[in-house]
Amino acid sequence: MSDTATARLAVRKTYKLYIGGAFPRSESGRSYVVTDHKGGFLANAAMASRKDARDAVVAARKAFAAWSAATAYNRGQVLYRVAELLEGRRLQFTAEVRSAEGLGARQAEAVVDAAIDRWVWYAGWADKIAQVRGASNPVAGPFFNFSLPEPTGVVAVIAPDASSLLGFVSVVAPAVVTGNTVVALASERFPLPAVSLTEVLATSDVPGGVINVLTGRTAEVAPWLASHMDVNAIDLTGAPDSLADDLAVAAAENLKRVVRPGDDDWTQPPGLKRMLAYLETKTVWHPVGI
Amino acid sequence: MPKFEYAPAPESRAIVSLRESYGLFINGQFTPSADGRAFKTISPATEEVLAEVAEAGPADVDRAVTAARTAYERTWSVLPPKERGKYLFRIARIIQERARELAVLESLDNGKPIRESRDVDIPLVAAHFFYHAGWADKLEHAGYGPAPRPLGVAAQVIPWNFPLLMLAWKIAPALACGNTVVLKPAETTPLTALTFAEICRQADLPPGAVNILTGAGETGRALVTHPGVDKVAFTGSTEVGKEIARSCAAVPGKKVTLELGGKAANIVFEDAPVDQAVEGIVNGIFFNQGHVCCAGSRLLVQESVYDQVVASLQRRLATLRLGDPLDKNTDVGAINSAAQLARIRELSEVGEAEGAQRWSPPCELPVKGFWFPPTVFTGVSQAHRIAREEIFGPVLSVLTFRTPAEAVEKANNTPYGLSAGVWTDKGSRILWMASRLRAGVVWANTFNKFDPSSPFGGYKESGYGREGGRHGLEAYLDV
Repeated sequence: MSDTATARLAVRKTYKLYIGGAFPRSESGRSYVVTDHKGGFLANAAMASRKDARDAVVAARKAFAAWSAATAYNRGQVLYRVAELLEGRRLQFTAEVRSAEGLGARQAEAVVDAAIDRWVWYAGWADKIAQVRGASNPVAGPFFNFSLPEPTGVVAVIAPDASSLLGFVSVVAPAVVTGNTVVALASERFPLPAVSLTEVLATSDVPGGVINVLTGRTAEVAPWLASHMDVNAIDLTGAPDSLADDLAVAAAENLKRVVRPGDDDWTQPPGLKRMLAYLETKTVWHPVGI
Repeated sequence: MPKFEYAPAPESRAIVSLRESYGLFINGQFTPSADGRAFKTISPATEEVLAEVAEAGPADVDRAVTAARTAYERTWSVLPPKERGKYLFRIARIIQERARELAVLESLDNGKPIRESRDVDIPLVAAHFFYHAGWADKLEHAGYGPAPRPLGVAAQVIPWNFPLLMLAWKIAPALACGNTVVLKPAETTPLTALTFAEICRQADLPPGAVNILTGAGETGRALVTHPGVDKVAFTGSTEVGKEIARSCAAVPGKKVTLELGGKAANIVFEDAPVDQAVEGIVNGIFFNQGHVCCAGSRLLVQESVYDQVVASLQRRLATLRLGDPLDKNTDVGAINSAAQLARIRELSEVGEAEGAQRWSPPCELPVKGFWFPPTVFTGVSQAHRIAREEIFGPVLSVLTFRTPAEAVEKANNTPYGLSAGVWTDKGSRILWMASRLRAGVVWANTFNKFDPSSPFGGYKESGYGREGGRHGLEAYLDV
């Protein structure tokens, strides 16, 4: 036998979508080629269609009732568990981020560490955001009046194109921590780390449907999410300038809460902006008297 | 209500491996006391000696405070807040992992039913660390300015009624805010605190960030008056709390928080659902054998439903199971110590002598150990000592009222102000009562509920400062 016959051939992974806790291929049967930073072939990623996007919204809506009703303490524990599992796959994600984005080893490690810590940071917010954003209001009358933040519903996220893992986590975690459910469209150029992250999510305690991940062409899928009448908010961070305005106009049809693309530096502490974007304020009045 | 006979269902002790003797935990190491003194801790249910524990003297206090100071300056306060938080998350997780062991140990050393240590104490301990872990890198959002600073070294002295939970209430916020601590557990319940010291080691917590000194009142006194201490946090009796307030009064810059005694009114209106209220009354005073500073020890019942409530309460009390704390069916465990039992007995005798009517359900007490049956006094007036003094045991005093205003008057007629309960179907009345009750916590149609996100603490002679929630952070920040 020759040497070449005994050399082991690697088993490659099929990169699929993540909808409702399951891993379907695109119903369209399409895929697209994902290359590394040198242009070499990495994998074929699923190319999601309008129907996939709509299926993902249905899954997110279905998961919303239970996820938003879970205690804040429980949601915090679930997010922290994601960080724990990601830490265990640190090497894998470092390699994936490296080959996708072409970073040096140290840089890639730093990106993965920051992504893990970001889950931890948001995990801690679960049972605190109401204490920072809620209030009892001293109305001039015999009433007890208080305001509480509540999740807005289903949030569509166009993840940043350049930061495949840290950017993705930084736009998804602030939506789910407060009880929203998410349909995220991964970076078109570098979709693979986000797809691998879905394997972490699937084996964590995040209920199926709370985070749904699509891969494909931003220009094709994003408009369906922006115009979807059962989506309550949309983050346009990953939308190219040429598309962002049209998406924002489409989003106005049912008055989605919109996060416009900005100059986010994902290595910096995130602040409250994204969490607040997906929160409603509910005020309750109750009389006081014998 | 028939009382069913249950077969014994004891939780196994095998999960706990007790050492013969325990040292002090200073700078990350277990060490004997400088003068070699030690004392024994026993199981209050059997009087069995569980272990010998070192007794810290002034030299040990000095060593521990120095270790805490060094850790504060060199490691803990300069650690990035995010990493500080991650240590606390680790501790929370290890507590969850060792939950059953801690629950059994707590019930052994304290005498409380395993059902309570397993389902209440330990889960709340883990939750407390989890909650505060998140605050460590979010303090600028807590409402104390853009960059609130820690205080330094915190001296913390805690009671025996919820040994590990009180430790969590003290240590979690202190560490989260960037302080280091020297903590003294109560002399009758040191074992879970010493196991917590092991947990700190498992979490690789920097040495000196947490120091545990075992001992009695003398040790506590040496600790809170040590000049190297920037902050004193005490939970315990009002008498000792006042002593601490006096001893720290002349030390500028020393921040003190005190969580002291209570004599809470649990107020039942005629429109309250009686069965639900009775469950709340029972939980309010017989939870943890009444060793609860916020216990609902004064029941105020509206006259029109007095007979019904008392009859229903007596019927319910007849079904409580008193006995082996490690039995999963036990409702009422052992009194924590001989001294506490003597105090409960004494005040109960005073209650009878002053003319109140004493009642207990038929209840067989174990021969060994410290036991007191659930007890209800009726015909109690506000002048009676059992209506004024904290008994800290399973003894309920029943009084009556006619109007909401009278209920408020009677509820507030106490030097204490820790908690209160209101039972009524009318929401507006709950809020009306809550706004008039001079107490730090008001429970409505529930009682004895605790959560790390919910501030807890007293008005008046129940102490000052709050623990838990965003408000509790203030106690450990230089604000």
